Formats: sequence, structure tokens, C-alpha cells
Amino acid sequence: MIEIGLGHYLTLGAVIFFLGVIGIFLNRKNVIVILMSVELILLSVNINLISFSIFSGDLLGQIFTMLILTVAAAEAAIGLAIIVIFYRNRGSIRVEDIHEMKG
Amino acid sequence: MLAHAIFFYFFSILAIFSALMVITSRSTVNSVFFLILDFISVGCLFIMVGAEFLGMILLIVYVGAVAVLFLFVVMMLNVAQQKQSWFIGQKSTHIPSGLIVSVLIFLELLVVTGGWKYKKDVMSSSNLIIDTSITNTHSIGSVMYTDYVLYFQLSGIILLLSMVGAIILTYRKRENVKTQSYLKQISRDKSSAVSLKDVEFNKGVKIDD
Repeated sequence: MIEIGLGHYLTLGAVIFFLGVIGIFLNRKNVIVILMSVELILLSVNINLISFSIFSGDLLGQIFTMLILTVAAAEAAIGLAIIVIFYRNRGSIRVEDIHEMKG
Repeated sequence: MLAHAIFFYFFSILAIFSALMVITSRSTVNSVFFLILDFISVGCLFIMVGAEFLGMILLIVYVGAVAVLFLFVVMMLNVAQQKQSWFIGQKSTHIPSGLIVSVLIFLELLVVTGGWKYKKDVMSSSNLIIDTSITNTHSIGSVMYTDYVLYFQLSGIILLLSMVGAIILTYRKRENVKTQSYLKQISRDKSSAVSLKDVEFNKGVKIDD
């Protein structure tokens, strides 16, 4: 318990990933919370990459974490732009109101 | 080592708690605030484990840009007042299947985490071994601008594309707005702008016709 190793960090990443996935499914509010859950999932991937990078002494994981950060920022910008225009057209971004695809 | 353990448990419990609050809190603004708290605690974990540069970048990029963007959109779209509760109202049919899928993913990750061991010589093929005599920022910079410069440029292109995409998506052409038209201005010439009149004595010029 006292010795913090790679397994602890991987477990933390697994728990945050789990919470992100469950947040996508359980969400009854609006689409913005789904985007935040996606951010949580990407954050857990970053935790995994950085802990592997540190505990195995390889720098490559940190480089790829930078790439994931970039992609996450781009994804947030595009997703929020889509949400803004959806709200402008329909007046609501509740999950139940979005059923164009009959899914 | 004890301090490391104490800080690890503190920040990780904070991160898990705030991730839980992101997906369960009633109002979206509270979700964004807990998302910020989550990013900060994970950034502190990164700094603690030895990736200082990425911890700071996480604070700057996520807390400074992405979370503020979320907050901006939440407040602009006026969804903050919408009171929605979880299970009241129509039942969502996604909840059981979603729970099954996410619990399965979690158990798989735990199995992988628990039984994971790497070969001792797995790192011998790598040429990116962390040098502890220079700082983390120095070592990342010395690799990122040389060996991985293509990935660096690629991430710049991705950011440019996302900026162009966001602007194009939210651009709206407004009617009845008086603006300057440069093309009209510079395409005027003498024949259309000036007309010469012969002014007769004692009659003057009618402007309107």
C-alpha cells in the first residue's frame, strides 16, 4: 500500500476511464456532459501513457501525451461548435430531444 | 516514500471523486467546475510522478483553455437553468446496456492491470531513455523538435484545421448590416461616378434626375 507503483496509477486510469464511459451512458442532461465524459476518457489515457513512460524510463509516452492533448483540445473546440449550431437550430441540446437518427 | 503515498492517495481520491461528480451533478456548471478540479488533481499527480512539463501543460491547456471554453458555452447556451434529474421522466433504455459495457471495460482493465508484468529487457530497444541529469522540459524539447518534428507539425495542422472548422461551423452571414465593400469601392471609375452637365444660364441644375 505504501509503495506506489505502476499498478496504482493504472488503476486510477482504469477508474477514471470507467467513470467516463458510464457518464456517456447514464447521462440524462445534455450533450455537453457527454463531451466532458470524453475529456475524462482522454485524461485517463494520458494517465496511462505517462505512468508507463515514467515507470519504464522511456520518454516516448510523454511525447504522445502531448499529441493526445492537442487532439483533445481540437475535439473540444469542434464538438462545442457543433453543439452551438445545434442549439441555434433546434433550441435544445437535451439528449432526449436529439433523435434525428432514430437511435 | 510515505509522503509520496499520502499525496498519491489524496490526489487520486480527489480525482475520482470529482470525476464522479462530473457525471452525476445536477447542473452543468457544477459539472464543469468539477472537471476543472479533476484536471488540476491529475496535473498535480503528473508533477508528482516526474512529468512536470506535461502537468503544467495540462493545467494551462485544459484548465486555462478547454474548461473555460466549456464554461463559456454552458453559460452562453442557457442550459444552466434547465433542471433535469437523472431517473425521473422517461426511462432511458441505454442504462442497463451502458452499465454492462462499462463494468466489463472496468473489469478488463483491472485484469490487465493486476496481471501485468513486463520483460526486463523490454526497454533495451528504445533510444529514448529518460536522462535524469537534465530537466523534463529539456529532454522533451530535445526530442520533440528533432526526432518527432513531424508529429509536432501534424499537431499544429490539426489545431489549424479545428480552428478553421469551428469558425466555418459557427459563421453566420447577417442581413441588413451596413459594412464597407472594398470591391465596390475600388471598382468605381470616372464614367460611372462623375457626370458632366452643361449648365444653362439662369436655370440651374436639377440634382434628382
